[in-house]
Amino acid sequence: MTSKFVGVIAALALALAACGSGGGEPGGGPAGTPDAGATIEIGSLYEPQNLDNTAGGGQGVTEAFNGNVYEGLFKLTDDGKVENLLAESYEVSDDGLTYTFKLRQGVTFHSGKALTAADAKTSIERVISDDSQSARKSSLTAIESVEAPDDATVVVKLSSRSISLVYNLSYVWVVNAEGKDLTTGEDGTGPYRLGSWKRGSTLSLEPFPGYWGTAPANGGVVFHYFTDATALNNALITGAVDIVTSQQSPDALAQFTGNPDYKISEGHSTTKLLLAFNDRKAPFDEPLVRKAVSSAVDDAKLLESVWAGHGSVIGSMVPPTDPWYEDLTSVNPYDVELAKKQLAQAGYADGFRFTLDTPNYDPHPTAATFIKSELAKVGITVDINVITADEWYTKVYKNHDFAATLQEHVNDRDVVWYGDPDFYWGYDNKQVTDWIEQAEQARTAEEQTELLKKANRRIAEDAASDWIYLYPQIVVAASDLSGYPVNGLNSQFYAYGIKKG
Amino acid sequence: MGRYLLRRTAFLLGSLLAAAALLFVLLRLLPGDPANALLSVGATPEQIAAARRQIGSDLPLLQQFGSWLAGLARLDLGTSFVSRLPVGPEIAARLVVTVPLTLLAFVLAVVIALPVGFVAAWRSDRWYGLLLNGVSQLGIAVPAFWIGMLLVTVFALRLRLLPAGGFPRDDWAEPGRALTSLALPVVTIALVMSASLIRYVRSATLDVLGSDYLRTARALGSSFAGAMWRHGLRNAAVPVVSILGIELATTFLGAVVVESVFTLPGLGTMLVEGIAEHDYPVIQGVLVVSTFAVLVIGFAADLVQRLIDPRLRAHVGGGRP
Repeated sequence: MTSKFVGVIAALALALAACGSGGGEPGGGPAGTPDAGATIEIGSLYEPQNLDNTAGGGQGVTEAFNGNVYEGLFKLTDDGKVENLLAESYEVSDDGLTYTFKLRQGVTFHSGKALTAADAKTSIERVISDDSQSARKSSLTAIESVEAPDDATVVVKLSSRSISLVYNLSYVWVVNAEGKDLTTGEDGTGPYRLGSWKRGSTLSLEPFPGYWGTAPANGGVVFHYFTDATALNNALITGAVDIVTSQQSPDALAQFTGNPDYKISEGHSTTKLLLAFNDRKAPFDEPLVRKAVSSAVDDAKLLESVWAGHGSVIGSMVPPTDPWYEDLTSVNPYDVELAKKQLAQAGYADGFRFTLDTPNYDPHPTAATFIKSELAKVGITVDINVITADEWYTKVYKNHDFAATLQEHVNDRDVVWYGDPDFYWGYDNKQVTDWIEQAEQARTAEEQTELLKKANRRIAEDAASDWIYLYPQIVVAASDLSGYPVNGLNSQFYAYGIKKG
Repeated sequence: MGRYLLRRTAFLLGSLLAAAALLFVLLRLLPGDPANALLSVGATPEQIAAARRQIGSDLPLLQQFGSWLAGLARLDLGTSFVSRLPVGPEIAARLVVTVPLTLLAFVLAVVIALPVGFVAAWRSDRWYGLLLNGVSQLGIAVPAFWIGMLLVTVFALRLRLLPAGGFPRDDWAEPGRALTSLALPVVTIALVMSASLIRYVRSATLDVLGSDYLRTARALGSSFAGAMWRHGLRNAAVPVVSILGIELATTFLGAVVVESVFTLPGLGTMLVEGIAEHDYPVIQGVLVVSTFAVLVIGFAADLVQRLIDPRLRAHVGGGRP
């Protein structure tokens, strides 16, 4: 570049920098004294699609709104426990079919309206209505009716026992559905109310002065949305954001490691990377073939190459934060000789060929290439077919038109999908379906845990899918920040405890 | 002139209609279903059907096209499938970023390209003329996002002079801050654009420098500057203006890539998000507005060209005046 060019650029840059306010440098305030008025700038890759989690708002609205703007009758804490929130207490009838919830008193919505049992009733009914696109709808099918006999009481009647009801209700926002369009606005009871939402850029939350509980430890939060991880990390480096909700770029970690200006915390994630077979069709209808594939792929090596020491191998569908977790990595160990033997036993001594439908975003293409080279060692040829998320949904999820696919499954407690023979992977085992159904109808948590452990062990023995690894959950924050959630279970991100300084 | 304007306007509207129809058909040929963007793993077939019903993607195509066109005629671009917000106001909000970005970049590119292109032609035999020529050729080959990333590394990450991306939440309430956010994207686009502009300015100037009329003017006693000013610039401007029109349109479209690099909430990022979510009303809205802008710019460039060059005016309107 000529000196003239450089001169022009430099002059322009300096002139513009001089007339600006100099951007946002991190920190501010003397060390050791948290600034309760400070605004926390949060960087995220997940912008809400709209503001309603029953109308396709997606992961982003859960992250920004769960517990911050909206509250449920219960809340799932960052370490995975279910606590009372808007429900002060509840009772279950002996047959387990009637739940009576007592509402907390003195709670008001951001609009000023007092919370009543009628609001809780409408809120639950919104999620299970015909129009609902809530991801939780299918787990609430046992609900037969919701009644509000008085302003402080909600009664839920079930058609069959559902031990997860209280847990599932932690995802049901209590909303004031009157008068406001909840896809573009909000009326919740949480510690924050919506400040402004600038599509494609930022969403701000400001403290709600009439909040019933403890006021937030900060003066508000702003979510800054990015479409790529590099831009997000640049914002963290330049101090434009204080914290990144979930670090998705392993390569970028190096620049924060060992730097005193940043803190890196690794919590527990619930996101699993799956090589999901179509268990309906040959050759993957044969458990031996699936086991062989599972044993032929060195999961730990892939995890190491993608995440360099972060994350874990779990050997089945259940992450350590679920009560029914068990280390099952030894069920289908990495063992090429074993894999070859199993293939021969299944009648595929010379291997076979299949197409692997691979979503086009990280880490799927990397994983696909790795799996292809691993399986080549046992004589299996993999044709990688790269597809968009949208094509995946139509081809694999809806039409079941695939041999095997890669997909990340983000939710906790999602081992129950193996009890649904109509789910996309088509795993159909009567025993597992029964166990999972009985677990939901269990009388005690211990009984539920026991049954789901059995189911989880059985799907591992059958290699219903190949569970490659559990993602790490890494939060990178400026070192003057504290009180932030480190696990972010199911994309939740409670912001009210975050302190600066 | 009146008939010319009328004909051009009719042509503009016709092109717009053709573009709208083409867009609509092409989008529908893409595989996938817009309802998918609204749902997550765990959705039941009933939920998928309900989503399709809600956004109207289960209606016959002709009916969808008809109601979209009817909306267009009323300047109503419809409602996003995903955000459930009207598309028109959303586009207006994005233009607050994209229009200044495009115009600033365009002006800067012209400011760079005119003198550099002229010098590269005028002193094409000197080392610095050759160098300018070489650099502009190199500039054409470099992609915009790479220049953007380079500038971010130097000015944002190392020198900490400018933000790495983003745009103020209150838009232009503090013009200084907004300009600061636009500085690197503007320079990125301007550099890429000026590279090709320099080529055009250089070759237009070379044509003029070698022309008979300039030599005649000099022979009649004009100074070089005088001859250039009276005869040269005006002639050189004709091809350059037509290229400027195309370049301005290209800048507008090039903003798509650059906005993504700098996470600017402009029209470009809106388009990218719309495509990812199969949000047809958003994609159609952004593309119709962009097409309209490009056609209008081309129209304006034509008009300016005719103002500069009387020879073009003489041929219009069918008969001779």
